[in-house]
Amino acid sequence: MDLKTLTFLVVGATFALYIGIAIWARAGTTKEFYVAGTGVHPVANGMATAADWMSAASFISMAGLIAFMGYDASVYLMGWTGGYVLLALLLAPYLRKFGKFTVSEFIGERYYSKAARMVAVLCLIVASVTYVIGQMKGVGVAFSRFLEVDFHTGVFVGMAIVFVYAVMGGMKGITYTQIAQYCVLIFAYTVPAIFISLNLTGNPIPQLGLGSDMVGTSVSLLDKLDMIVNDLGFAAYTAQKKSTLDMFLLTLSLMIGTAGLPHVIMRFFTVPKVADARSSAGWALVFIAILYTTAPAVGAMARLNLMETIQTGPVGSADGNLVYADRPEWFKNWETTGLLKFEDKNGDGRIQYYDDKSATFADKAASFGWKGNEMVTVDRDIMVLANPEIANLPNWVIALVAAGGLAAALSTAAGLLLAISTAISHDVIKGMISPGISEQKELLASRLAMAGAIVVAGYLGMNPPGFAAQVVALAFGLAASSIFPALMMGIFNKNMDNIGAIVGMLVGLLSTLIYIFWFKGWFFIPGTEMAANTADNWFLGISPESFGAVGAMLNFASAYVVSKITPPPPEHIQHLVEDIRVPMGAAKAAAHH
Amino acid sequence: MSQPTQRQAYWTANLKLVAGCLAVWFVVSYLFGIILVDQLNVIKIGGYRLGFWFAQQGSMYIFVVLIFFYAYRMRKLDQKFNVEED
Repeated sequence: MDLKTLTFLVVGATFALYIGIAIWARAGTTKEFYVAGTGVHPVANGMATAADWMSAASFISMAGLIAFMGYDASVYLMGWTGGYVLLALLLAPYLRKFGKFTVSEFIGERYYSKAARMVAVLCLIVASVTYVIGQMKGVGVAFSRFLEVDFHTGVFVGMAIVFVYAVMGGMKGITYTQIAQYCVLIFAYTVPAIFISLNLTGNPIPQLGLGSDMVGTSVSLLDKLDMIVNDLGFAAYTAQKKSTLDMFLLTLSLMIGTAGLPHVIMRFFTVPKVADARSSAGWALVFIAILYTTAPAVGAMARLNLMETIQTGPVGSADGNLVYADRPEWFKNWETTGLLKFEDKNGDGRIQYYDDKSATFADKAASFGWKGNEMVTVDRDIMVLANPEIANLPNWVIALVAAGGLAAALSTAAGLLLAISTAISHDVIKGMISPGISEQKELLASRLAMAGAIVVAGYLGMNPPGFAAQVVALAFGLAASSIFPALMMGIFNKNMDNIGAIVGMLVGLLSTLIYIFWFKGWFFIPGTEMAANTADNWFLGISPESFGAVGAMLNFASAYVVSKITPPPPEHIQHLVEDIRVPMGAAKAAAHH
Repeated sequence: MSQPTQRQAYWTANLKLVAGCLAVWFVVSYLFGIILVDQLNVIKIGGYRLGFWFAQQGSMYIFVVLIFFYAYRMRKLDQKFNVEED
């Protein structure tokens, strides 16, 4: 069977499964719609959270980043997993005990302030919308490639599918669909990794393969990789290239940001008990770690395969480089997408791939007759998708990877859309505009809000505002500098009052926003940067992506100072805080609405 | 129903546990994975340099264990102070 038919079959079968689950798990009440009736088993919830969290970026882009950044990419691995420790220890059980539907609702009640709730809703919507744009774009790209339709049709198909299962099912439908999507995506990710690890090291477990010797030699895979890239002028794979301070702060920003992202926190409202919220975060991390510990192996092995495909013999020898006319099939396939580009700079018909910016390697390259790096474009995002082809795996594995990438993008898009629609129907409409709304009407409002959000997300996915990549820093910066500190102080500092919390959120939010805009342009408009975005200009060498952690510190500090000089919160709020600190009585709290 | 002083004791015990877990969280990722990475890279386990292993593998395994350890200890604390959900 040819690849196209196989892809149709595999992708089609997985979609039939998702929609079938959505019909089976229709939501009947607002509670089922928002939090799946708080009846989801912690292991199931953990799996759904993992699918929700791991987006197209985790599935497709991360291993590519690791392949080209080497050790420096550790910030993403630690940053996007360590946040779950903060969630489990500092937020999830208490927010579950509080027993409401949304993060902004907690902030509004804890700080007895509609203004605080508004600030939280705003942060939530900005963070979620920026995220969802990237997902819809990913869905469009994937569909257009595999269905061989144009990009816009791809986005429409994706919108229609998300619409069916997210609008109908709400959290209940989404949760069960995400469990299926997790199974598809993890299977699709690990199968090629196992094959490749087995090929290179003889060890079928990629996590161990990465630390093993190359087949038939006593040289370890990582040493070999260091050697190969060094010989071609690149910095060693396992060496550190970023500054230590920036790595530290970026990891911290990503961790705090993860723990503050509303669509992740929301998942812990769906478990039956407070104790389940703690273990559910652990299960979520187990399912995430299966992919995240495989990714470094995928990245390193893909880089090794790529280098060895091109550099076939000793560096500098006359026939040590791949003849362009003999390039493999996958090379040609990716050339047609424009994501892989070759330019024969020295006209020898062979491909030279080396670091032509390395001053120490320049003389050597000149002596070989090399006139610059000829792999002018190697898009990082193709690594995971091209990996099975590079390793000559059967067609069904390639079809599976396509289905996995789509599952990752769709599950994250659905979770984000739910967070957005809940914010609109529950926080804005029920919380502020019309508190007396009936449950039927609220359910209708949230479905309409979801449909509206899908249309907006689809539109933005088709016409990305040109800064989709930069806004990821913004989403994490916002969550880290405003939402996380407000939640944490609300639980751990009984004396934190409304003014302190609002001042803190604004200080954190504005300092982070201004720092990002300073180097990336006001509202990302090109040409309005106040200083070039280079390490020399950064404050203490802190990149804009890493500033969220500093913003969070400023938030904590200013809130603390202000709370000391303003009146303490009223008695009933202090009781509320005492109450959420113990699990007892949670059922009552949940039945309250 | 638990007494206010008992609730206070429960909360203090919880804070101690959280502090201990976060210390481990900090050590395996920030200390071993970033700050001391060069020093630890001198040591090799299999084909991995130790600092690199902590940064790209070990810290994540320990995070998982930490959360389950915390959940388990908290379940015990909930029982000890009689504040579990019914």
